[in-house]
Amino acid sequence: MPSTVVAGSFCYRRVTVGKLSYMNVVVCVKQIPDPADPGALDPTTKTLKRDGKLILDESDSYGVEMALQLVGDSGEVTLVSMAPNGEVSGLRTALAMGAAKAVLVSDDALKGSDSLTTAKVLAKAIGRAGDYDLVLAATESSDGYTGTVPEQIAEVLGLPSVTFAKSITVDGSSIKVDRQTEAGYDEVTCPLPAVVSVTAGVVEPRYPSFKGIMAAKSKPVDQVGIADLGLDAGAVGWAGAGQEIVEVVAAEAREAGEVIEDDGEAYNRIVTFLSDLKVI
Amino acid sequence: MTVSKIWVFAEGSGGVVSSITCEMLAKARELAGTVECVWAGGDADAVAATLGAHGASKVLSVGDLGGSLAGVPVASAIAAAVAAGNGPDAIMLGTTYDGRDVAGRLSVKLDAPVITNVVDIVERDGGLAGVEPIFGGTQNVFTKFTGDKVGIFLVRPKSFAAEETGGGAAAVEALAGGDAGSSAGATIVTRHVEEKSGPQLDEAAVVVSGGRGLGEVANFQLIEDLAKALGAAPGASRAIVDAGWVPYSYQVGQTGKVVKPTVYIAAGISGATQHLVGMKGSKHIIAINKDPEAPIFSVADLGIVGDVHKVLPKLLEALQNR
Ligand SMILES: Cc1cc2nc3c(=O)[nH]c(=O)nc-3n(C[C@H](O)[C@H](O)[C@H](O)COP(=O)(O)OP(=O)(O)OC[C@H]3O[C@@H](n4cnc5c(N)ncnc54)[C@H](O)[C@@H]3O)c2cc1C
Ligand SMILES: Nc1ncnc2c1ncn2[C@@H]1O[C@H](COP(=O)(O)O)[C@@H](O)[C@H]1O
Repeated sequence: MPSTVVAGSFCYRRVTVGKLSYMNVVVCVKQIPDPADPGALDPTTKTLKRDGKLILDESDSYGVEMALQLVGDSGEVTLVSMAPNGEVSGLRTALAMGAAKAVLVSDDALKGSDSLTTAKVLAKAIGRAGDYDLVLAATESSDGYTGTVPEQIAEVLGLPSVTFAKSITVDGSSIKVDRQTEAGYDEVTCPLPAVVSVTAGVVEPRYPSFKGIMAAKSKPVDQVGIADLGLDAGAVGWAGAGQEIVEVVAAEAREAGEVIEDDGEAYNRIVTFLSDLKVI
Repeated sequence: MTVSKIWVFAEGSGGVVSSITCEMLAKARELAGTVECVWAGGDADAVAATLGAHGASKVLSVGDLGGSLAGVPVASAIAAAVAAGNGPDAIMLGTTYDGRDVAGRLSVKLDAPVITNVVDIVERDGGLAGVEPIFGGTQNVFTKFTGDKVGIFLVRPKSFAAEETGGGAAAVEALAGGDAGSSAGATIVTRHVEEKSGPQLDEAAVVVSGGRGLGEVANFQLIEDLAKALGAAPGASRAIVDAGWVPYSYQVGQTGKVVKPTVYIAAGISGATQHLVGMKGSKHIIAINKDPEAPIFSVADLGIVGDVHKVLPKLLEALQNR
């Protein structure tokens, strides 16, 4: 029986079949400013400020969980991340969940990178992570939400891919993915190695245990710059970006209307509102 | 006009063209003299009339994909056309499952970036700039491509009003497929369609959405009942979709559906920026929330500070007694 990760299930059982008795999964994890803090733009670069402490993007916690469930105790999860200032706090969270090691790309020259450059850098970092069967990412990040990076990584690596995965089942040297669609979901088969993007909320990310947190402190983080990846500073960051922000303007604000306290009769106001609009 | 030719990645199923396709065609017509569609599927002839009526002169057919996911074959075909010198100045794709896949693949093949989450495209300094709302739609960022590559824009649904031009059927032409190479192989084996009755969420004139403030899954029945009484579509915040109360197809917001109904009713929804971008364009907004500071009130025309468990049952009863 193939190992299955089903949305909402908490079984960590893994029964391997076919060639893949041991599985290596790479998970792309973005480290982002705490979404609870109000975002701000850097006035000169007009991009999101990312200079404070960064945390693991919640969107990626689902990929980490899914990877851990897929490998069980016969495989390894490796993280890759691109972040400024050698930031590792988000990586430590995912290592504490159970990932074995991480590759972190951190370089001043990367500031201003667009999603295409990000994908090229991450693809190189994945190459450094060792042999892998599967690369996971989130369908979209919380702070950038371009939703294009996973597919770009797949194209750079020349791999097949499935986006919007709700569940992944390993079956020999291929996977079966339930891919979310407008109307429901599609069952998709895909040969390995492959890149899969995981939809938010489809598994319950585990909380790091105390033991996990302690162990994470000594897990290896391979920190590299772009030169280590064989990339040229002129091809990344602001220099390599194929797009530029020309203007940021305040949007037309929607005016707040009337706000009333419910005195037990407020429902009547809704009825009147709807009937004035001839909706009822 | 600053650009002469725009391609629109057209989508649809069962011979029916999706709304976002027609919306993008309306904008493309404004920006370029020649507008053509790229279509994947064996039924290009079936959609040629609709696409033509919305302003496309040609349907460039990639052909039947034989179950393959669209990203690789469609991007390969487009890239092959660009390499042969027959490509457009810009290409518009919807922020949809397949649209994003095609855009990502194409971006690497053309070594060109993608401007994403676009709600408008405007002419700027001799080129096109994409307009992307940030911080919950309070600010708009204008982004231009710097090079002379094909401009790839990922457009959010409901950004433009679809409009027919009265044009005749578009001419169908084959768009020769490029080589998928080692990236081929992701294939659909079975499709599962969730049956739903009532109006479509993104087309309904009235939408009633519930959030975490409903307290527990059983209370979503109130939203379903209200929707039924109003001939409305039920919707949801991501919090309760993630919690498994309702399917993903109910989700309104940045990662869910964009809705622009005549009336949007938000019950027990805080109004996080990611929710607001999906419903702020509604003509009228009614919000019910027990917290007077909830951000949802900043966009509501009628805000009720109250308990959903008290207001909704009475509202339902009043509607049912009419
Ligand atoms: C990348 C990303 C994408 C996202 N995309 C989306 C998206 O597409 N759509 C979306 O909705 N969210 C999205 N979110 C999540 C979003 O940030 C919020 O977490 C979510 O919208 C909150 O849902 P909620 O309002 O139901 O819950 P909460 O924020 O928990 O709000 C519940 C509200 O109910 C009120 N309440 C509680 N009890 C009662 C009561 N008895 N009567 C009345 N009111 C009550 C509370 O005052 C509160 O305001 C996204 C987040 C990220 C990071
Ligand atoms: N800087 C990064 N480091 C690691 N992973 C990333 C990075 N940027 C994007 N990703 C991955 O790609 C996904 C989609 O990102 P985006 O295309 O920005 O929405 C993220 O959720 C991550 O899994």
